[in-house]
Parts: sequence; structure tokens; C-alpha cells
Amino acid sequence: MQDILKQYETVSETNVKTWFRVGEVNDFPQNSGACIKYKTKQIAVYNFTRTDKWYACQNLCPHKMEMVLSLGMIGDKEGIPKVACPMHKKNFSLEDGSNLGGDDLKIATYPVKIENGNVYIGFSD
Amino acid sequence: MKKIIVVGNGMVGYKFCEKFVAQPESKNFKVTVFGEEPRPAYDRVHLSEFFENQDAKALEMAPAEWYVDNGIELVVGERVSDIHRSTKTITTAKDREFSYDYLVLATGSSAFVPPIKGVEKEGVFVYRTIEDLEGMLAYADKIKKINPNAKAAVLGGGLLGLEAGKAVMDMGLEPHIVEFAPKLMPRQLDSRSSQVLQLKLESIGLNIHLSKATNQILGDKAITGMEFGEDDVLNVEMLVISAGIRPRDELGKTCDLEMGVRGGIVVNNKMQTSDESIYAIGEIALYNQMIYGLVAPGYEMASVAVDQIIGKAETLMASEIDMSTKLKLIGVDVASFGEPFMPASKGHSVIFEDKTKHLYKRINVSHDGKSLLGGILVGDASDYNMLHQVYLNGMAIPENSAELILPASEGGKSFGSVMDLPDTAQVCSCESISKGAICCSITENGSNNLNDVIAATKATTGCGGCKPMVVDLVNETLKSLGKEVKETLCEHFSFNRQELYDLIKINKVPDYEEALNLFGEGHGCEVCKPALASIFSTITMETANRQPTIQDTNDRFLANIQRNGTYSVVPRVAGGEITPDQLITIGVVAKKYDLYTKITGGQRIDLFGAQIHELPLIWKELIDAGFESGHAYGKSLRTVKSCVGSTWCRYGMHESVTFAIEIENRYRGLRSPHKLKGGVSGCIRECAEARGKDFGLIAVDGGWNLYVCGNGGATPKHAILLAERLDDETVVKYLDRFLMYYIRTAGPLVRTAPWLDKLDGGIDYLKKVVIEDSLGIAEDLELEMQGLVNKYECEWKQAIENPEMMKRFKHFVNSDDTDDNLVFVPMREQKMPKAWS
Ligand code: SRM
Ligand SMILES: Cc1cc2nc3c(=O)[nH]c(=O)nc-3n(C[C@H](O)[C@H](O)[C@H](O)COP(=O)(O)OP(=O)(O)OC[C@H]3O[C@@H](n4cnc5c(N)ncnc54)[C@H](O)[C@@H]3O)c2cc1C
Ligand code: SF4
Ligand code: FES
Repeated sequence: MQDILKQYETVSETNVKTWFRVGEVNDFPQNSGACIKYKTKQIAVYNFTRTDKWYACQNLCPHKMEMVLSLGMIGDKEGIPKVACPMHKKNFSLEDGSNLGGDDLKIATYPVKIENGNVYIGFSD
Repeated sequence: MKKIIVVGNGMVGYKFCEKFVAQPESKNFKVTVFGEEPRPAYDRVHLSEFFENQDAKALEMAPAEWYVDNGIELVVGERVSDIHRSTKTITTAKDREFSYDYLVLATGSSAFVPPIKGVEKEGVFVYRTIEDLEGMLAYADKIKKINPNAKAAVLGGGLLGLEAGKAVMDMGLEPHIVEFAPKLMPRQLDSRSSQVLQLKLESIGLNIHLSKATNQILGDKAITGMEFGEDDVLNVEMLVISAGIRPRDELGKTCDLEMGVRGGIVVNNKMQTSDESIYAIGEIALYNQMIYGLVAPGYEMASVAVDQIIGKAETLMASEIDMSTKLKLIGVDVASFGEPFMPASKGHSVIFEDKTKHLYKRINVSHDGKSLLGGILVGDASDYNMLHQVYLNGMAIPENSAELILPASEGGKSFGSVMDLPDTAQVCSCESISKGAICCSITENGSNNLNDVIAATKATTGCGGCKPMVVDLVNETLKSLGKEVKETLCEHFSFNRQELYDLIKINKVPDYEEALNLFGEGHGCEVCKPALASIFSTITMETANRQPTIQDTNDRFLANIQRNGTYSVVPRVAGGEITPDQLITIGVVAKKYDLYTKITGGQRIDLFGAQIHELPLIWKELIDAGFESGHAYGKSLRTVKSCVGSTWCRYGMHESVTFAIEIENRYRGLRSPHKLKGGVSGCIRECAEARGKDFGLIAVDGGWNLYVCGNGGATPKHAILLAERLDDETVVKYLDRFLMYYIRTAGPLVRTAPWLDKLDGGIDYLKKVVIEDSLGIAEDLELEMQGLVNKYECEWKQAIENPEMMKRFKHFVNSDDTDDNLVFVPMREQKMPKAWS
């Protein structure tokens, strides 16, 4: 199980090696999330239509190691964009992956860019 | 700068630090704390919560940074091994030496392990630290793998033993409580209340063995059983010892402080030991010849020691210490306060007992009938806080003291209001917060709601038992200031559900986004999205397909998400009636998609383990065969259970199945603040458990009796009679009115029973609204319900017929692959998800 978790590490815009195209803007639901596959990774991609921002993070919830975060409801907590895991409603910041409920669990986040109606996620491998 | 060393970083040692840094004088001292455990102090009182989520952090009294921020040096994982009084130094187990001006011993207790032969065997645990619990969890897992029906015993039937008993039960082991005394909780309960408690505990599945002296623990390496007498053996694979506590007083002994005969370090009312620069507080301190195994006196001791050290010599420990307690087991109310037993020479007792309801209440009243001296509550401890206050503050009691404990139906009256308490009444005993301090925080210091008051006073942050009373005090004080006590949905909407319902309806708001623009702020969250989704659908009967992304995940995919991220499928089987052909269809579909099947508690069939992309395929086959969604995933009507009734049953008075089907079909798909369940029984034998439902019908001579606002679940409530001997038509009329009124006015996720609890005027008021139409809205409610009923459509059918809606049933956007992380393991003839590690 831990092995699955290990392959997810936060990628910042500066260390992106590959911008991987995952589809068109219209393939993603508005103000909500969906899941994409990159090599062996599952990545949750969120389209915050209201603020015109996109976020991406691991699909794996570190709490019980389930591939579910893309299905969670999104929104904000005091202005911080977040996703609530559908399983036990742990809240994760989509800005830095921290658990807004306070414990140590953390998720990896990935940069997203939109070009000519296409959605790209940045990976370092 | 003077140096203080605190030995022990448990609850009381932590509280000492907290109270100390709150004093301005603290800047003249340097505090160093040594704790033997590997982590900073945590909330031992709520230790059992660790079983729910194994989240040790959540139990922390304060994070490690707190100590740093407050200039305290915290050393964890290092035991203090010696005190050298002559040089005022200590040494630790790592052979380091430190000097002190003041030493504060807060070393607490350890669990007492009686000297029984074999206690050292594998599988024998105590219940005191997080490590103990981790050990128990791992061991329980191990023995369950070998024997799924493994048994565990708890030695000791006191407060803690019962908590441990519930914990092993929740771990999936068959629980046994073994007590030496002839009754449970011997220190708090009299024999009769203990018997009532025993019945209650047995009804939830705990096995109780009284008057048992354990001779030895059986087994080779690991425990296999306990032997009481020669032929008296209980086979168990695990044992938790909860036979009392022993103060950790070894340091006191080796440095020759004055000790109690049975242990503990003797202190005076300044919390000083026989050496005036050494203080002892918490479960180590022997005060008035007693060790107090509760946090509240420990916290009080911490306050006294803080004040003494900074020079406020007038603060002394009270001579009488309140030992009132309330058991924390969910669903089992037990409390005792003041003098629970009381000899006849001091006063007389009033006892109310109803064994069938597992209810026992006893109060002890002074001979002149004017004051309350103590009491015991089993089965319903809701009046505990108030009675405890009456006792503590010596408040006057009614002339007929029985009114304090009788049920309302037998002349009981609820006693006064929290506002009648004197300002000095100590409401939160853990943090010693008085009623005055709580009210003052609102009237003078600007607190505006419960959270502000908690932040300002720390009330409720100890054992939490005073919370209901603090809530009442806050609400009453706000009201008295003319401030509205406002429930708001979440940080995005400062309205309650009822207000939003009206706003959306009156302004014909089209969707969630618009509602957020008009009445909210920010970008929403998992609280307001589903709450508004429910409002939209109860106004227009829209299905979850129209605004899927504001639905809770279950509704978004029209299926219940399971432990491993797969989903379950539950077709509607109205009233529980199903034809052989329908059974075959379900069987064929389940087999084709390799689904685990089970009969649910709601009289229908659940198919588990479907992947997201399979859901539409499965539903297509079911719908083609005439099934429809069972809405098992929604906060909506679930099932109307039935019994066979007069169709087959020799006692049946009416056709309960027929009527259950009619009602289930009438309200199917109806979304509501929480789930709705119904039941219809053919006679008073009540085989459909109708009184355990939000609405229930029982056939009687001359019609149906209609009951409302019941539920099972964690806080079971029997439904209450709304009207008697109704014909079918009137039942439907009343149900329409009742349900619509509930839907319009309840808070989010509030089921009918708690809704009724909060409704001003209670069931009598509800009767007036529903039967007598006192609000003049009955016709409106009926019309509205009929409108919703007419608009029903199966949302699964809608989804599979619409390619746009179908798009969401796919694991990946950019690939047709499916989730390759799913692992199933065999389970009897079927399969199940691999267990969480
Ligand atoms: C499948 C089933 C258990 C079973 O195998 O029999 C079940 C399973 C779940 N129940 Fe239940 N309950 C099931 C009958 C019951 C019953 C029995 C009944 O309806 O007569 C009760 C007690 C009666 C009652 O509700 O008052 C019951 C009281 C609960 C509660 C407590 C409700 C309460 O008011 O306290 C919850 C938690 C909640 O809703 O917040 C719950 C929640 C759940 C959830 C939805 C938990 C979750 O969020 O995952 C379970 C998932 C169902 C699934 O994945 O399909 N379930 N649940 C039963 C489905 C019935 C059906 O056909 O739809
Ligand atoms: C499961 C459970 C449920 C409970 N429920 C309730 C309840 O509902 N209500 C209630 O009032 N009370 C309850 N209690 C009791 C309550 O937890 C104790 O009264 C309280 O924790 C006592 O605090 P303390 O600081 O004196 O001792 P502790 O919390 O035991 O702390 C003492 C600490 O000192 C450390 N220590 C000991 N010797 C040394 C040394 N030489 N050097 C360094 N460190 C040392 C220990 O490792 C320990 O961490 C419960 C207890 C348990 C176990
Ligand atoms: S409730 Fe009455 S009618 Fe229904 S099965 Fe039981 S005995 Fe028969
Ligand atoms: S699995 Fe995500 S919160 Fe538990």
C-alpha cells in the first residue's frame, strides 16, 4: 500500500519536465473534479469554474488509501480552495495539499495549465 | 530566574503548564517538563476515541509547538529516575542531571494488575495509553484472522471496564465483563440500578459475569481462558485488565517523601508534599487520604500548585471534592452524583424504576425534604447536569421531590431553567468555569456564539459533559440580550436551512451557483452543496442528475460508495414484496457482474462491488426488467417496511403489504433533510417495526394508528402516536402534511425525531398543525406534496437514456482503463474488498 503512496510527490511549476495533455476543458465537469491517468499514477483534476482556476492532486486519499479524491466535493475553507474526501470528509487544501482539519496527512499537488482549450498537468518524470 | 521541573506530561502535568503560562508572573520562571511517554500529553479521558480513527494527533492536549511558543522545554520519551532533595536535582533514565527550585510531580497512575497466575501471557492488556490501544488493535486483528468469532474479556466492571468492554465489542470481538463484586460499577451504583444497567448492557451485546474471582489465566504462551473455580472456566482469546489504578509513586518512595500506607504521595491543601519545594498533583497526590481518579480534581490541584508557586498563597484546595460522574458509553446513560447510597440516618430516597425500559432513577433527599444530597441515574441521564447543579449549589427543590425524576407522563416536571442557577454555579468542572463566567463572556466580553464562548473560557474542552448546559446558557443569554440565536448553514451561507428554502422558492432561484451569488459568499463546500441540492429537489422534484456536482458523492453517482471506492446497487422493492421472476433477474445480473449480494435491513437486496463504469450497464438490465432506483444513496425516502398482514397472517387486521406498497410508491424519490423510512404492521405485534421509523402505521380495530418521528440508529426513538383509527385516505392526507412540514422546516441532516425534539410545543403542537390545521397551511402542504408526487421519475432511467448524463460514469477522463488498484478477497461463497491496512 505504502508503495502506491510513494509515487505521489508534489511537483511545482519550476520542476516540471513533462506537460502531459489530459483532454479538453469541456471534458471536465464545471466546479467539480474528475480523474486522469498518467503512467501508473491516478490524478484528480478540479475545474473551479467560478474562479477560473484549475488544480490537480493525487487521486489517492492518504487516510485509507482509496482512489477517491476526484469524486469529492470541492469548495473553499476561508478562501483556501479544497476538496472533501467522499469517504470520511477529510478536507485537503488544493494549494499546498495540507489537511485543513489539522492532522499530518498530506496529499501531493500538481500544476495545471490550460492552452488553446486543452488541459495539461505538469509532471517531473 | 527560578527553575521549575514538572515530572510527568499527562493531563494534569499539561494543565499545570497551561495554567502557569497564563499567569503574568510566569515570565520569571523557566519550566522544563519530562514525560516518559513518546508523545506530548494527550486526552486520556477520550482515549477510546482512538479506536475510531487511530488518530493520536487528534487527542493531543496541545501540539509540541505550543510548548515551544510558550517558552516551555518539553522532553518526551525520557523518564525521571531519581530525585536528590539535598542538592535539589533530578536525574533521568538517560543519566542526565537537572536542578530545580520547585519540583512538580504529576506522574499519574498506572493500571493496577492484580497478582493472578498467568497475567504475563500474550494477549493480556491494560487500558491506559495509546500504546496499549495499538497493542490491543493489532492483537485483535491477529486473533480474528484465526477465529472470526473470537472472544475477549475485561477484568473489572467499573466505569473504565465498561468503556473497555464496549471497545472490544467495537473491535468485533465477543465481549465479556468479569467483575469480582456482585454488581457493576460497585463504587457508583446501588444493587438495583446496577441490575438495570446490566440488563441494558446485555441488550446491546455485552456478556456480564458477576461475583467471579479469577484464579488463573489459562494458556501456554498466549491466553486461552480464565479460570474462576475448579470447573468454572471462560474461554477467551484476549483479556483487558481494568481493575483499578496504582499511583506511580516510585520517585516519592526513593527520596523519602511522606507516603500513604497504600501508596500515593501525601500532600497538604497547598499541594505541597512533605518537602515544601516539591509539589504533587493529579492521580499521584494523596489528598485527604484519597487518590482522585478523575480529571476535574486533578485540574483543580494544578491551579492550586500554580498559584502557590507564583506566590498567591491564599489559593487552597477545597476540603470537599465532588466525585460525581457520568459514563461516556454512547447509548448507555449512567450517572451518579453527590452521595449515591446514603444511609437512612441522613435522609430518605425516592426511587423510580422501569425495568422494561432499562430505566432507574434515585434521588437522596434530606430529612426536611429541602435539599438534594445525591442520586443515581441509569437509562436516562439527560437531567444529570441540572440535578448535579441543584446538588452542588444546594438549590431549593420542589415540595414533592419525586417530580424531579418522574417521566412527564406521570407528573414529572422539568426543573427550572439554567438561568435560575446562581452565578457561582460551577458548570464546567474540568476547567472550573462558573455560570457567571460563561454569561459574562457574552454580556461583557463580546462573545457572540458558542464557539466564541468556548474559545474565551475553555468551558466544555475537558470531558465535554457540560456541553448541553453550556449551549443552553449561551442561547438563553443571547436571547436575554435580544440577540438572535442564529443557526447558519456554513461559512458560505449565513442563513439556516428553512430561510434558504424560502429564499430559493420565493425568488425562483434556478440553481446552486445562482443561490451562492445571490445569498452566499465564497465557493461553497461539502456542507452547503448537498443541503441546497436537497432544497432544490424538494421544491421542484428535480433529480440528482440536473446538478450532479453539488450532490454528495453517493447521489452524484446514484449509488452508495463503498469502503474500497466501488459502489452498491439497490433496486426498489416496495414494501418488501418481490416476485420469483424479479428475484431471478437480480440473481442473474449479480452473477453476470460478479457482485456480492445481501438482504438488507430494509427488506430488499443490495448488490455490492460494482465499478463506476459498470453502474449504468447494471441499471440498464435492471430497468429493462422493470426495476427502478431504490434511492438507497439519497437523503430521501428509503423503504416502507411491511409485514405480511391480513393477506396471510392469522392475526392480521388489515392488508399491511398493500398499504406499504401504496405509500412507498407515493413518496419514492422524495428528497428530504435526512433519510425517511416508514413501516406498516398488520397488528399490534408490530412485526414491521413501524414504531422504529420516521412514520409508522399499525393496524387496529377500525383503521390505522399513525405514529411519527421514530428511528433506529445510534439514538433509537420510538415513534409517537399522532392519530388513531384512521382510514387509508386520512392516513395519506396526514402523512402529506406531516412530511411536507418536516421538509420545509427541519435543519440539514436532522431526522424527524430530533426535529420534533426541537419543535416548540412538541407533539401537541405537531398534532395541531397536522390534524387541526392551526397554521392554516394544510391544503398548501397537501397540494405541494401532490405536485412532487406527480413529478416523480426514476433518476437511473433518466441517466442511462441521456448520453450527456452518462459521461460521468467513467473512472478516467483520458482513458478507458478501469481502476487497477481494486483488490477483492474471497468471502464465504462470494467476495469482499481487501481490508484496510
Ligand atoms: C445496506 C444496509 C445494511 C444491510 O446490509 O442491511 C445499510 C447500510 C448503510 N447504512 Fe443503514 N443500512 C441499512 C438499513 C438500516 C436500518 C434498518 C431499517 O431501515 O429498518 C437502520 C435503522 C433504522 C433507521 O434508519 O432509523 C439503519 C440506520 C442507519 C443510520 C443511522 C440513522 C440514524 O438516524 O441514526 C445510518 C447513518 C446515517 O444515515 O447518518 C446509516 C447509514 C448507512 C450507510 C449509508 C453508511 C454509509 O454512509 O455508507 C450504509 C451504506 C449502504 C450501502 O452502501 O448500500 N444507516 N440502516 C441497510 C440498507 C437498507 C435498504 O434497503 O436501503
Ligand atoms: C480510558 C480512560 C478513560 C477515562 N475516563 C475518565 C472520565 O470520563 N472522566 C474523568 O474524570 N477521568 C477519566 N479517566 C481518568 C483520567 O484520565 C485521569 O484522571 C487523568 O489522566 C490523570 O492525569 P495525570 O496527569 O494525573 O496522570 P496521567 O494522565 O497518567 O499522566 C502521567 C504521566 O506521567 C508520566 N510519568 C510517570 N512517571 C514518570 C517519570 N518518572 N518520569 C517522566 N514521566 C513520568 C506517565 O507516563 C504519564 O504520561 C479515564 C482514564 C482512562 C485510562
Ligand atoms: S404484525 Fe400482525 S399481521 Fe403482521 S405478521 Fe405480525 S402478527 Fe401477523
Ligand atoms: S479515505 Fe479519505 S477521508 Fe478517509
